[in-house]
Amino acid sequence: MASIWEYANPVKFIRTTDRLLPWLSAAAVVTLLVGLVWGFFFTPDDYRQGSTVKIIYLHVPAALMAINAWLMMLVASLIWIVRRHHVSALGARAAAPVGAVMTVIALVTGALWGQPMWGTWWEWDPRLTSFLILFLFYLGYMALWAAIEDDDTAADLTSILCLVGSVFAILSRYAVNFWNQGLHQGASVMRAGALAGDTEERVSNVFAVPLFVSMAGFALLFIALVFLRTQTEIRARRTRALMARERMG
Amino acid sequence: MPDLGKYADVVLSSYAVSILLIVALVGVSFWRARRVKAELDRVETRGTRRG
Repeated sequence: MASIWEYANPVKFIRTTDRLLPWLSAAAVVTLLVGLVWGFFFTPDDYRQGSTVKIIYLHVPAALMAINAWLMMLVASLIWIVRRHHVSALGARAAAPVGAVMTVIALVTGALWGQPMWGTWWEWDPRLTSFLILFLFYLGYMALWAAIEDDDTAADLTSILCLVGSVFAILSRYAVNFWNQGLHQGASVMRAGALAGDTEERVSNVFAVPLFVSMAGFALLFIALVFLRTQTEIRARRTRALMARERMG
Repeated sequence: MPDLGKYADVVLSSYAVSILLIVALVGVSFWRARRVKAELDRVETRGTRRG
């Protein structure tokens, strides 16, 4: 069986992802469209939240991917620190803009949902605040990559920043459990009671099923974009190396 | 089109902003992928010609 580290070879990575990308992209588009169209057009209003419940099909998957993108970057950064595989460092770099956009979607849809439900666009609530800090970490991470010319030095420093930022990625997920205060509700979709079928805890299947489809669509979109953008980063790095060689020769 | 009632503006704004951001992200990713690939091809061809 082939070792996973074989994919640290840039040529093998590009060859493999080239084969996967059309299928992944098609699956992402179809799943995302089904989830969003189902959620928007074919689900009823909530008895308390009215039609604003339709925002859940964007807000929850985007927030989930904002956190998971940073966790993926953390794993890739650790692989870079330990094994010095360039593909992993470039994969982390490629994921950052995708994670940042997911964070913006989560923040904007959260504010739009919060205004009619809480009476305010923004509150310095533990989850909202940690999410905003996570977004600032994304910006800092991308700025650091752009600011350092040497790729290996940039990968070293951004990996350290990623380790530090992981605290806020985890806080964004669990803030409502750590501090039992603030406006944002606790987990209700993936909560143990919800999955076990406890009717008190459960989000109705009418909302939950299209939500899970939408979450799968966001996840597939993330994977497809990270593959594409990692290929781009690998090619950009090779271009820089060849041009440097030309200048020296 | 479902009847969104008094919340139509916030629901539609959420979908509009999110779809716009996703389309922009996908568009920029494909545009940059094509540009960088073309640049690498050009540099590699130049290198091959020089031997």
